[in-house]
Amino acid sequence: MAKEVVETTEQNEDSNISPSGLRVFWIEILRDKLALGSLIFFVLVTLTVFIGSALLDLDEITKIDPLSRFLPPSSEHILGTDTGGREIFGQLIYGTRNSLVIGILVTAMSGTIGVLVGLVSGYFGGHTDNVLMRVLDFFLILPFLMIVIIFVSLVPKYTITSFSLIMTAFLWMGIARLVRSKALQERELDYVNASKTLGTSNITIMFSHVFPNITSIIIVNMTLSLASNIGIESGLSFLGFGFPESTPSLGTLLSYATNPTTLEKRWWVWAPAAILILLLMLSVRNVGEALKRAADAQQRRGT
Amino acid sequence: MWKFTIRRMLIVIPQIILLSVLVFVLAKMMPGDALTGQLDPDASQESIDNIREKLGWNDPWYQQYGNWVVDLSKGDLGQSFTYKMPVTELIGQRLKNTVWLSLFSVILIYVISVPLGIISGRYNDSILDHAITGYTYLGFATPLFIFALVMLWVFGYHFGWFPTSGSVAPGMEPGSLEYVMSRFKHLLLPSISLALIGVVGTVQYLRSEIIDTKQKDFITTARAKGASESRVYNRHILRNSLLPIAAFFGYEVVNLISGTIFVEMIYGYPGMGQLFLEVIQLRDYSVVTSLVLLYGIAAVVGTLLSDITLSIVDPRIRIK
Repeated sequence: MAKEVVETTEQNEDSNISPSGLRVFWIEILRDKLALGSLIFFVLVTLTVFIGSALLDLDEITKIDPLSRFLPPSSEHILGTDTGGREIFGQLIYGTRNSLVIGILVTAMSGTIGVLVGLVSGYFGGHTDNVLMRVLDFFLILPFLMIVIIFVSLVPKYTITSFSLIMTAFLWMGIARLVRSKALQERELDYVNASKTLGTSNITIMFSHVFPNITSIIIVNMTLSLASNIGIESGLSFLGFGFPESTPSLGTLLSYATNPTTLEKRWWVWAPAAILILLLMLSVRNVGEALKRAADAQQRRGT
Repeated sequence: MWKFTIRRMLIVIPQIILLSVLVFVLAKMMPGDALTGQLDPDASQESIDNIREKLGWNDPWYQQYGNWVVDLSKGDLGQSFTYKMPVTELIGQRLKNTVWLSLFSVILIYVISVPLGIISGRYNDSILDHAITGYTYLGFATPLFIFALVMLWVFGYHFGWFPTSGSVAPGMEPGSLEYVMSRFKHLLLPSISLALIGVVGTVQYLRSEIIDTKQKDFITTARAKGASESRVYNRHILRNSLLPIAAFFGYEVVNLISGTIFVEMIYGYPGMGQLFLEVIQLRDYSVVTSLVLLYGIAAVVGTLLSDITLSIVDPRIRIK
C-alpha cells in the first residue's frame, strides 16, 4: 500500500510528462498480480529450460534403452521413461526449449512481415492497399492446417528453420491487418501531412514517425500471438508434421498419447507436456491481456 | 444490398481459381508419386515411363491442370492409388461422417453458448458471470487437441462412458435403431470436445454485446415505458444481439475445419480429416488435392454465406 502511495506522489510531481510506453506496460503488469506471476513463471521456465538444455546431454536423452521402457516415475527417472526408454524429464526440458524457440522465432518473423505489409498497405492506401489486401484475403481463406502439413511433407529434408518459415508464411495476416488499419488512421493525422510538406521521404515517415506510434499495439498483438504460436507448433508436432522426429518438442511428447495404451495407462509420458503447454500459453496470454489493457488508456488499471 | 451481395459473390470466383491452382501446383511438387512403391520393383524404367506417359504426367503443368479442371467439372476427382477406388467414392463415405460431426458440433456450440452468453451479459459481475468469463478465458488459451485428449482420457478410458474410437460399433445392422444410437454415441464425445472449446468466441461476443446494448438509450426508454424485465431482454436486447450470432453460422463451420482434423485423429473417427492425415503420408496426391480443395471451397462458401447474411442483418457492414 505504502509503495503505491509513493508511486502516485512521484507521478504527481512530474504529471506534466506522461509515462513512456514501456513504463505504462510495466506499471500495468505490476498492478495485475496474475500477469506479474505469469511473467515470473514464464521467465523462470525459459531460464530453466535454456540452462537445463545446456547442461544436459542431448545424445544421452535421445539414447534408446530397451530395458527401461515405460517406467513410471521413480527416484531414478524423475518423470518416468517413454517407448524407447528415454527419460521424459530430459525430453521435457529440451522439448520446452525447442517449442519456445520456434514460438518466438515464428512470432518475430511473422510480426516483421505483418508490420511491413501493414505499414506499406495502410500508409500508401489506394491501389497498393487494394492489391496487398487481396493477397492477404487469399491467404486468409487457405485451410491453414492442411496447407502447412502439405508444405512440411513437401520439403525434402526439413529443419527447424524451414519449419518456422513454413509457419510464418501463413501466419502474418492477422498483424498485417491490424497494422494496416492503424496506419490508415495515422496517415490522416496532421503530423504526417506536416512531415510530407517538409519533404520527408515516405520511408522515413513510415518507419520513424508512424511506426513508433503504433508499437504498443504491435507489442500486444505479438505477445498474444506468441501464446497461440506455441499452441500451433505443439499441435503440428502432435500430428507428426512439426519437428523432425529426433528432436523432442512438447508436441512430440504429446503425440505419444495417440497410442491408446499410453493414453490410458502411462499418463506420465504425456500429461507433463500437456500441463506445461497449457501453463505456458496461459501465462503468455495473461501478460498479453495486461499489456492490451495498458495500450488502451481507458482500460488501464494502473495510473 | 444487392450490390454488396453480387460484389461479394464475384470475389469467390478468383478465390476458388487461385485455390485450385495452388493445390494443383503443391500436389505436383510432392516428392515421389503414387507410382513409387506401387509397381513391381523389377519393372524397367522404360515401362514406368510408359505408364507415366499414358497417365499424362509428362505433359506441361498447365495442360495437366486443364485436364484436371475438366475432370473436376465432370465430378471426376481421379483414382486413389492406395485405396484402388475412385476418389469421389472414397471421400463420399468420409464426407458424411465429417458433415455429421461438424453439424452436431455447431448445434452444440449454439445450444451451449447462447444461454451462457445471455446469463453472463444479463447478470454481469455476478458470481455466475465470473465463472463463465473465467471459463472462456481458460478455453481461449487451451489448445483443442489437448482438451480432446484429456476428454478422451477421462470419459473414454477412465470412466468408460463413451467409445474411444470409430464412428459405429462393429457388427451393427445399418438402418436399425441400435445402429443410429451407436453412431450417436460415437459422435457425442468428439463433438462435445469441439463445442466446449468452440463456444468461447460466441459467449464473449454475446456477453459484450448485451452489456453494450443494456446501456443504450432505447433500453432506458423501454424500461421507462414500463416494459417488464423479460420483455426488455427478449424483445429489445436479444433481438439485436442474437441475429449476428445466427449469421456467424458460416464462420463457425469454417473455424471447425482444423478442429475436426485434430478431433478425428484423436478419436479415430473415420472422417475427411483422418483420411487427409493418412493419404498425405502415403503420397496419394489425387486424394490430397481433392480434400484440400473440398475444405477450401467449404471455407470460401461458409465465409461467403456469413458475410452476406451479416450484411442483411447489420446494414453498417455494407457501407464498407
